[in-house]
Parts: sequence; C-alpha cells; structure tokens
Amino acid sequence: MQSFWRRFFNNPRVALSLVWLTFIVAVAVAAPLLAPTSPFAIVAKPFSPPFGEFLLGTDSLGRSLLAGLIHGARTSLLIAILATLAAVAFGTCVGAIAGFYGGIVDDLLMRISEFFQTIPSFIFAIVLVAILAPSGSSLVIAIATVSWPPIARVVRGEVLTIKAREFVQAAIVAGQRDMPILVGQVLPNALSPLIVTGSLLVANAILIESALSFLGLGAPDLMSWGFQIGAGRAFLRDAWWLVTVPGVAILLTVLSINLVGEGLNDALNPRLRDL
Amino acid sequence: MSDAVLAIENLTVALPSWADRAHAVDGVSLEVLRREILCVVGESGSGKSVMAKAILRLLPEPHVRVTGGRVMYESQDLLTLPPAGIRAIRGGRIAMIFQEPMVALNPLMTVGRQTDEIIEVHTALRPAQRRQRVIEVFGDVRLPEPERILKSYPHELSGGQRQRVMIAMALALEPALIIADEPTTALDVTTQAQILRLLKELQARHGTAILFITHDFGVVAEIADRVAVMRQGKLVEQGQAGDVLERPQHAYTQALVAAVPSLSPRHLIGARSGAASGRPLLAVAGVSKTYSGRGGAFSLRRRRVPAVAGVSLEIGKGCSLALVGESGSGKSTLARCIVGLERADGGAILLEGSDVAGLSRARLRPYRKILQMIFQDPFASLNPRWRVGDIIAQGPIVNGTPRKTAHEEAAELLRLVGLDPKAANRYPHEFSGGQRQRIGIARALAVKPKLIIADEPVSALDVSVQKQVLELLDDLRRAFDLSMLFITHDLRVAAHVCEEIAVMKDGVIVERGATADVFAKPRHEYTKALLAAVPGRDWQLKTLAARKLC
Repeated sequence: MQSFWRRFFNNPRVALSLVWLTFIVAVAVAAPLLAPTSPFAIVAKPFSPPFGEFLLGTDSLGRSLLAGLIHGARTSLLIAILATLAAVAFGTCVGAIAGFYGGIVDDLLMRISEFFQTIPSFIFAIVLVAILAPSGSSLVIAIATVSWPPIARVVRGEVLTIKAREFVQAAIVAGQRDMPILVGQVLPNALSPLIVTGSLLVANAILIESALSFLGLGAPDLMSWGFQIGAGRAFLRDAWWLVTVPGVAILLTVLSINLVGEGLNDALNPRLRDL
Repeated sequence: MSDAVLAIENLTVALPSWADRAHAVDGVSLEVLRREILCVVGESGSGKSVMAKAILRLLPEPHVRVTGGRVMYESQDLLTLPPAGIRAIRGGRIAMIFQEPMVALNPLMTVGRQTDEIIEVHTALRPAQRRQRVIEVFGDVRLPEPERILKSYPHELSGGQRQRVMIAMALALEPALIIADEPTTALDVTTQAQILRLLKELQARHGTAILFITHDFGVVAEIADRVAVMRQGKLVEQGQAGDVLERPQHAYTQALVAAVPSLSPRHLIGARSGAASGRPLLAVAGVSKTYSGRGGAFSLRRRRVPAVAGVSLEIGKGCSLALVGESGSGKSTLARCIVGLERADGGAILLEGSDVAGLSRARLRPYRKILQMIFQDPFASLNPRWRVGDIIAQGPIVNGTPRKTAHEEAAELLRLVGLDPKAANRYPHEFSGGQRQRIGIARALAVKPKLIIADEPVSALDVSVQKQVLELLDDLRRAFDLSMLFITHDLRVAAHVCEEIAVMKDGVIVERGATADVFAKPRHEYTKALLAAVPGRDWQLKTLAARKLC
C-alpha cells in the first residue's frame, strides 16, 4: 500500500492536479467566509473590469464575479459529487447483481442499461431536468440517471471475472450465502477499476452540470460556473472576463480530475503502464 | 571449443527494482554442443526462461535487461549485433519453441501461412517452392494430411498438433539451434510423450542442437544428452544426463531428483477397503453432466458437450481414491458436481446415504461440513484482500462457530499445516505457492470434514514443494481419518497418495482398482498408454530396481 501512495504522489501531473483540487475544495468549503454576501447581490456598477474595486470585476447586473466563482465552486462540486455517488451506488448494485447471477437477470439488467445508453445522454439530462423542474436535487437525479450505465458495465465485467476465481468457489463450498460472498469476497476485489471510473465520472458530472446551467436549466437559487458563462456570453466582446474566468475554472477542475483519475489508474495497475 | 554451437559466457540479466532479487540470471556460462540436447532444469523463478529469452534478445527491456556477459554464436556476440543482424538469426539460424502453442500462434492466420511467412522472410524462394517446403516440414513433424492442416487455423487443431506446427516452424529453415522453452508442459502426458519422441527423432535426423528448458526431471531422463541445473539465477551443476540423474553432486540437485514422485504404487493399508467398512461415505451412481452452449448468435441448435457420462464410484471411510485423466476427461467436472458447484444432469450422489445431487445451494449447506475441497491454483484460491486467519475461520463462522473460537482454531490449524500461527494476521500475497496451498488445506480442514476433494492440488507447484504438500496431505489424512478424492493428471502423484485409482477418459471411468494392481497389470488400453507415457519411466524403474538391490 505504501508503494501505491508513493507511485501516486510522485507523478508530477497528479501532484499539480491535487494542488488545484485541494484549493478548489477549500474555496468551496469556506465560501460563506470568503464571500459573505449573496453572490446574486448587486454590489457595484455593471461591467467594472478586473483588478478594480473587485478583483475579477462585475457582470452585466453589477454582481461580483469573484463571489459568484467562489459560490459556483461549491455548487459545481457538491452536485457533481452527489450525482457521482448516486450513480456509483446504483451502477454498482445493478452491475454486481447482473454479473453475479448471470442468465436472465443479467440479460434483463444489461438490456435496461443499454436502453439508457442509447439515448444521447445530454439530451436525456435536459429532458429529465425539464420534467422535474430545475433545482439542485433534480440536477443530481438527472446527472446520476445518465451516468450509471458505464459503472454498471465496469462492475459487471469485474464481477464476472472475479466470480470465476477459486476463492469465490471456496466460499461457496464453505457454505457462505450469496450476499456475503458478493459484498465480502467479490466487490472488494473490483474496487480499483471502480475508483478510477468513479473519479472520471466526477469530471463528467461537472461538465453536464455546467452545460445545464449554461442553458438556464440549473438550480435557480444556486450560483454556478455554467450559469456565469451563460449570463456573460452575450457580452463576450465587451467584457471577455465574464466568460473566460469561469471557463478556465471549469477547464482546470475537469482537467485535474481527469489527471488524478489517470494517476490512480497508473498507481493501481503499475505493470500495465510499465510493460 | 569449435564443437560448441552456442556459448553463453558469464551472462547476467538484471531485474527491475521491484523484483524480489537483483538478477534473474547471475553469471551463467553454458555451452550447447553440436548434435546434442542440453536440458536446463530448474524450478519456477530459477531464471531458466529468462536466460533462453536473453539469447535471442526477447527480454521485456528496459525493465529486464542484460548487464553483462556474451552469447557467442559463430564467433559473433548476439547481444551486440545490430537489429538487422539479430533478426536474420532469429528464426533462421536459431529458432524458438514456446510453452503455450495456442498463444504463440496467430489465431487469425492459417498455420500454413504462418510457417510460409518464416521462409518468405529469410529466403528468396518462390511461393510454389515455399509451399513445397511447408508441406515437407509438416510431414516431417508427422502432422496428418499436411495439405489439409496447411489451411487450418490454430483453433481447429489439437494441442499436440499445434505444438507440432510450432516445431515445424522452428525446423523450416534447418536452424543450427532450437531453443525449446517448456514445450510440453501445457500438453497431456500421452501427447507429451509423442512430442518428446518426435523431437528426439528429428534432432537425430537433422543434427540440430536443442536447448531444452524444463522443470521436470522425468522429461530430462527421456530426452537429455547433457543437463544443467539452475537455481535462483545461478548454475549449480552440469554434466552428462546419466551422471546427473544417477549421481547428482550438488545438494540441490539431489533434493530435486529425490522429490520426483516415484512410480512405486502404494499398497492397501490393512482391511481398509471401501467395501469392508459397510456403507461408503460417498457413493456416486451414474452421474452425468452435459454442457450445452449456444452454437452462435443466430443458431437455433445448441452445441452439446457431454463432460461426464454416467460415472459411478464409491469411497469408504478413511479411503482415498485417485481420479486420473487427461484434460477434457471430465474429472474436474465430476468433482464440481460432487461438491455442488455444478449441478449434475442425472444420477445420484449419496453422501453418508443421503442424495445430494440436484440440491440447491441453501439445501446443500448442512452437507458442507462433511465435504470440503482443496483447489488447484494456490494464487487464485485465496482472497487477496482477506487476512489468512479470516480465510481459514470463514467456514466455521458460516457454520455457526463463535468468531473467537474459530480464530483460535485457525491458529491451531496453521501450526498443523506447518506454518507459524502468526501467519493468521498476514495477507496471502506474502506467502509462496507452497505456503498458500498449505493455507488452502487448513481452510478445507477447518470445518472438520470427513471427505476432502482435492482438485489437482499440487499441479501448480514445483516438484520439491509438491513433495512436501503431498506428505502433509498424507499425514493429515491419517491423523484425522479422512477420506479423499484426489484428482490429478499425473500418475506419479496418484501412485504416491492413493491406495485406489480410477482412470477416466471422455467422461467415463475406463479402469478402476487398487493402485498396485493397476500399475502392475493395467487392463485397459488407455491405462497402458498413460503408464507408458509417464516421462522418465525407464529411469525411475531403473533407480527403483537399484534401490531394491541395496
């Protein structure tokens, strides 16, 4: 285990990404302290440029861009992480049951997950949010609904191979029941691909959340990066910073999460990368 | 000196930093002489395969790389040749035969084309001439109907035929040296005997030198002119085959030779035959199992493969029966049916008089305490994320033993199988193959079963470890008065552990009887063939006879 952490942190891309992610998480957690006023409050005249009274300037209605960015980090991360957790939990259950029992159960569950995969995921998410009415929880539900099938497939594949290993058969011969075998013997051994896929899913969730907010389908009472870009896009020529700053924030965060996910993969399967 | 085809001088191969030792091969010097078969023998991890790969520069560089020494072939050092030079030698002058022909052959090309390709790369022959040559070498390695085999894909051939194709490919250009890396390990005994005979015959006819890598002293006795023994990357002994086999000098070689399971069969112990003790512990009557798979995506007909076709046997209390057969004979399927990992299609499996065939997993649970299993692969059969103590205590806990008692018993069992009770707190990856198999045995014993089914428990282990594990099983069997169904492909192992033997072929038992009787007077043709195919049989019989004289 020690060598895992060493391999993980010695990767310069992972180290840099972790620095950025730690920073973003810290900002998100401390948002009420860093920007005590509501991010929707009008604090100055519209379109004041960066490095003036406000560090990043103000938007078309005179709201502080920095305050919005700080609260946006909170929204984006919270929704992305909750949605990913929901998707991983549901996808793992479906994949584990499909892989472990096989046969008709497997066929049925996999056809259902294929049904979800055949619908273009973003359009599906838009439809879901539109039906559920835009709010934080409907964003989580929509993102989780379109994200679970890949998890289910990864877990099913892992369970299928692990199920055939002899230690699982030994547990059957010892008389263990199905659920303890699945939870105690099989799933712990499927953990590493699950962690990697799950971490990459967070990045994807941030992108979906931003895109939905950009389209005005985000939670109306929560400031978010996508919403900031959507609100600022009409003024791209006059006030470039309105779009650029939250855009860069999304870019760096998604990139960092992807690099960390890749680093996890390399550290969990060192031979794969070396040989 | 001019008589050497290949001279390895002081070869050293370094391993990457995460490996358990610094050098895979450590200062090995060897010569392969013209017209000889040199066997390099060693257990797993001895560096014998790495050495063979280093000769043709096939190492997974940069992690495993040569750090010193020379490999001289026709007064040039193969290790410093430019890439074009080594390519001309590979396949052309020095050919290689790999262990697993299914993996070594390209599944998308006909075997004829694959052989043709080698000739095409190395010579200027025209297509018609090349085809002629391919048919010639296919005939040479005794492939039936070379013209038809030519157009076959690897999956259409049997394991033995695939290995013959590999040999044909190696022979195609009349190389000066063939490196054979465990070429018969993946094959059944009878096929192995044929391939060994073929290699020896071809070698005599073509005068090729062969560097033959193996772990099996039986094979050495069959084929070698000279023997070199390797251990942990170092050469410990080399000499003429007869000398090394009969008068090994180095202590390690002596231990290896002594560890080869002998062909002398066990005799029945007293009146312990199954019939004498009344109702047998396990009685299997007419059990059959047919696998049906989907023929293809759109095919309506299902492919049916009968794996076990009406097998009957019984094992009495305290008796042990060896079920011997080659791969595909259905011996493992039968075992899986008996322990309930597979459901038999028909027949009865009576465990202490009650029929357990076709019971659901839940209904089988009470019988688990009578019947336990030891698995083949010591690496796959222990959950890598569980502590050893938990693995062993698992069965008793499931069956209602309090956790604390179960763990105390687990520590006791560890001591019993020759491990430190402290091992309970460690994870399986910290143990060697033999130690893991001991843990597997402890797990099987934990619920205090009356019958143990051992499915090839030693076939993944080195000979020296194999011997220890077999002795352990034997001791435990006596100590606990256990019955055992021992499944193996190796007649030598069967002879060593079991009083009774049943030979299985194509899903049916063809011969059954006391081990001593079967060995002395085999009745069925197949049993005779199996006995004749045991590698190193003559050598063993000779040493046995010599021992009796003393």
